[in-house]
Amino acid sequence: MLDIVDLSVRLGRTPILHGLTLQAHAGQVLVICGANGAGKSTLLKAVLGEVAYHGTIRLNGQDLATARPDQLAARRAVLPQDTEVAFAFTLGDIVAMGREAGDLWSDPGIDALALAAVGLQGRDREDFRTLSGGERQRGHLARALAQVWSPVGPDGPRWLMLDEPVASLDLGHQLMIMRLARQFADAGGGVVAIMHDLNLSAMVADRMGFLIDGRLEALGPPAQAMRPEVLERAYGCHIALNAAPKAGPWLLPQSCRPFGR
Amino acid sequence: MVSLSRPLARPLRRPAPKAVTIALSGLVLAVSVLSLTTGAAGLGAGDLVAAVLGDGLSPRDQVVLYDIRLPRLALGLAVGAALAVAGVLLQGLFRNPLADPGIVGVSAGAGLGAVLAIVLGGLLPLGLVGWAGPSLVAVAAGLGGWVTTLVLYRVATRGRRTDVALMLLAGIALAALAGAATGVLTYLADDRQLRDLTFWSLGSLAGATWTRLGAALPLIGAALLVAPRLARGLNALALGEPQAAHLGVDVQRLKRRAIWSAAAATGAAVAVAGGIGFVGVVVPHLLRQAEGPDHRALIPHAALLGAALLVLADLVSRTIVAPAELPIGILTALFGAPVFLWMLLRNGRGG
Repeated sequence: MLDIVDLSVRLGRTPILHGLTLQAHAGQVLVICGANGAGKSTLLKAVLGEVAYHGTIRLNGQDLATARPDQLAARRAVLPQDTEVAFAFTLGDIVAMGREAGDLWSDPGIDALALAAVGLQGRDREDFRTLSGGERQRGHLARALAQVWSPVGPDGPRWLMLDEPVASLDLGHQLMIMRLARQFADAGGGVVAIMHDLNLSAMVADRMGFLIDGRLEALGPPAQAMRPEVLERAYGCHIALNAAPKAGPWLLPQSCRPFGR
Repeated sequence: MVSLSRPLARPLRRPAPKAVTIALSGLVLAVSVLSLTTGAAGLGAGDLVAAVLGDGLSPRDQVVLYDIRLPRLALGLAVGAALAVAGVLLQGLFRNPLADPGIVGVSAGAGLGAVLAIVLGGLLPLGLVGWAGPSLVAVAAGLGGWVTTLVLYRVATRGRRTDVALMLLAGIALAALAGAATGVLTYLADDRQLRDLTFWSLGSLAGATWTRLGAALPLIGAALLVAPRLARGLNALALGEPQAAHLGVDVQRLKRRAIWSAAAATGAAVAVAGGIGFVGVVVPHLLRQAEGPDHRALIPHAALLGAALLVLADLVSRTIVAPAELPIGILTALFGAPVFLWMLLRNGRGG
């Protein structure tokens, strides 16, 4: 379990998060939505130990403040927003870095499976920096998947932390990535994702919550969380909500049916 | 499953690390033999074979081989390996292939440390000087390199990334500062110290003795032993500091150890051989072109290729204008500076 208690973060003098309490459970996909600047990235950075915070964050019972980097790497993988890679590492090199971080003695065959999972099979010898933006994002996801290849590790569930995982992907690959997240959770792992696409979020999340001015609101199953008044407060504009019809045409195909459930 | 087919971008062909290791080891051996059997004293390959077989050499030839050519060869190998590995470490740390100890001011900082030791070393208690002896200059140079690298890192690396322009400019400023301080010290130096300084600043392996080698080897050896342990961390650092941390790397510790090792290697090399530039940028660059950027192969291979190239450069420097000697720094700059300019051009185009 990812257990966040009374989390507060300031960046400089500006308070970003105010006493946020949140639990994410293994076997579930938790999606955090919210407007730009609402504190989504800051929340993720605190969970990843990239910013100083007040409060307590525990992952599988261990306090993050006292965990060693290698212990954490064996337990959770992170998909960043686009990250620049220095030097001409190949896609295969990058994925192997993830796998070895999760378990140095793991089977190198995992690399090919992880690449196939994101649709980059056979591309392992290409220079990572020559890939397109979407391919790089999927390459980083393959790296994260290889790092936590078994969703349940020797000391409990493993975790995928996804920072806007579909930001630069086309529709087909968006669905592919969300399906991978869903499968990871269904196999016993935990997924925490920052998302902008509400349709995708509603389709894949077990629970979702909205960050509004540094506070988490309306945390619950998508049908309960996505209420017009919540969306209006979160995004500052009126949003009409529709439920997808069970049959018949619909404009946005990704809102047609949830994955695997 | 979605699969967008796309013509395969050219896959990178890279040789097996073991094959490169064997080839480079052969190169080091060949260059070493060549270096031992070439020189003004007329000791040739036949005499070397005789020496190895245990047949007697004349006393004069023994002196040439064991007290002149062998220490010079050993010093060349050590300095070349040290400079190349220091380059790899700095480049991994700055995530940039253009970081070279000479270019970014680390050598100048190390030089200042060495000059400080030469000029002000006499002020230390006599017992300490006697104990530290020739190592004092090497250790002081290491400390000078360390301080410079720390300042450079603070200035050039903001948060996630190193600004190349900032790194090079800061390097120029630091080198200028160290040069100015060195100038002041030169002004203060007495006649004997001035002779030591001049001799040192020529940047040559000509003064190689076993004592000099003994002064440099502990620092260089320590750096060469630590560097391979940093390889996995430096690979991860190519993804940036946050991602490296998420891959299980203790980033602060990695940076500390990389800076120490690079400074120790550069300092010791500068202390015994003066400012020899571009080895640290050209050697890793050639290897990255040939076999890719994986530091697990790059670090040992840079040590081998750096050693071979420096001994080769030394060989050319003492034969091309024989019986005089060309300072070796001139040769490495003549070969290295154009390569560096070419890399800078490519870097500017986002290559």
